[in-house]
Amino acid sequence: MEPTLTFFSGFGVNDLWFLGEAALRTMWISVLSISLGTVIGVLFGWLLYEGKLTAALTVAPVLDVFRSVPLIIQLVLFYNFAPIVGLNLDAFASGVVILTIYTAALVANVARGGIEAVDTSMRRAARSLGMTYWQDLRHVVLPIGGRAVFPAWVGVALGVMKDSALVSVLGYVELLKASQILITRTQEPFLILSVAGAFYFALSYPISRYAASLEKRWAQ
Amino acid sequence: MIEIRDLHKYFGALHVLKGIDLEVQKGEVLSVIGASGSGKSTLLYCINGLEVIQQGSVAVDETDVHAKGTDINKLRQKLGMVFQQWNSFPHLTALENVALAPKIVKGKSRAEAREIAAKQLAHVGLGEKLDVYPSALSGGQQQRLAIARALAMEPEYMLFDEATSALDPELVGEVLDTMRLLAEEGMTMICVTHEMGFARDVSDRVAFFHQGVMEEIGPPEQIFGNAKSEHTRKFLANVR
Ligand SMILES: Nc1ncnc2c1ncn2[C@@H]1O[C@H](COP(=O)(O)OP(=O)(O)OP(=O)(O)O)[C@@H](O)[C@H]1O
Ligand SMILES: [Mg+2]
Repeated sequence: MEPTLTFFSGFGVNDLWFLGEAALRTMWISVLSISLGTVIGVLFGWLLYEGKLTAALTVAPVLDVFRSVPLIIQLVLFYNFAPIVGLNLDAFASGVVILTIYTAALVANVARGGIEAVDTSMRRAARSLGMTYWQDLRHVVLPIGGRAVFPAWVGVALGVMKDSALVSVLGYVELLKASQILITRTQEPFLILSVAGAFYFALSYPISRYAASLEKRWAQ
Repeated sequence: MIEIRDLHKYFGALHVLKGIDLEVQKGEVLSVIGASGSGKSTLLYCINGLEVIQQGSVAVDETDVHAKGTDINKLRQKLGMVFQQWNSFPHLTALENVALAPKIVKGKSRAEAREIAAKQLAHVGLGEKLDVYPSALSGGQQQRLAIARALAMEPEYMLFDEATSALDPELVGEVLDTMRLLAEEGMTMICVTHEMGFARDVSDRVAFFHQGVMEEIGPPEQIFGNAKSEHTRKFLANVR
């Protein structure tokens, strides 16, 4: 960009690119955290379902903490205290760690609900055909329970994507942070926030549409 | 042969099966009747190892079902089971429902599994419904699908747990007909049932369960015509 004499300058095409790039970072940190968090969350959900007592005493309270403490507090605490225990993570990595744990905490409950959604009788039918415990989980519980809680999972995923904006407090230049930078320079909060909002919408709308079409297909 | 010796089953403090002794020969059709809660379903679950037992033994072709070293998943391939709820896998077509276990449990190729499935679906009269999802099938059709699914594992025994109880009355006949067909083909069957007509006409023997005890067992003529036990007579008087 040409250096200008005025301190404030208008919103230009370059800035749109800047926001677009930031949107990609939002997407990247979200996709990473949601994927990792879902895998870990499903594992926890299975533990909660299967381990009943031990899991209820160990995993459940930890997940409760991550589910109930505001994300922004978790992010700031983790980012500032991780170095003390020798973890030197940058803003991006810290964000991924916390968003992943947060996603896992939410997905754990969804996943447990999914397993519970499959009738005992259905699972006994699967086992009576000679399926092993794992074959029953993979071929019966996963598809049936997964479909039952898919809308809830999509809700979690879209929520985490929006909440990834909070990683901006650590200085990671995702969509919200980028907007703040531009607002400081251009003093056009209305325009810039609208554009940023449009980017968020553009990221989540295809996902909810695709999810809706999947649900419709499954409903037959 | 299925051999049950002094079988005891508890759910916590509840004594559900109180020393059952029973042998079912190859080719035999045994109907099990009795009031609700008398332990009929539990007996079937103990036979294919879906429930653990506390005392006694169950042997299928001389393999102890509840012994530590028994490969229960292998043994269950011999023991087809049909439940009161038909339990069709809702995400799979009729053909896929039936082909799944042959493929993943027996390791058949996709083509082979589908061929077996098509054959068994035709067997139960669903040859036209191969690519239909269960949600588009009636209860009776879904129960026949469940029978085909069990048959696709080529079991030597079939266990039926009130296969018609959850069906609308007008759909009961088609499922009973399918069960009759299997009996005629020589399948060894244990049928927990409330259909006294079926028990009388199709079974070689009928067992009456009362509060966890097998009160009486014998040919249908005995049970329905000349029951020795007071409880049996009372039960039959009430269901008729
Ligand atoms: N998983 C379980 N946990 C605790 N109690 C159980 C369980 N399953 C069955 N029971 C109890 O065991 C007893 C026998 O049950 P079972 O289902 O074998 O009876 P049934 O003869 O099949 O009755 P129905 O005709 O109602 O199906 C009942 O009192 C029942 O409440
Ligand atoms: Mg029962």
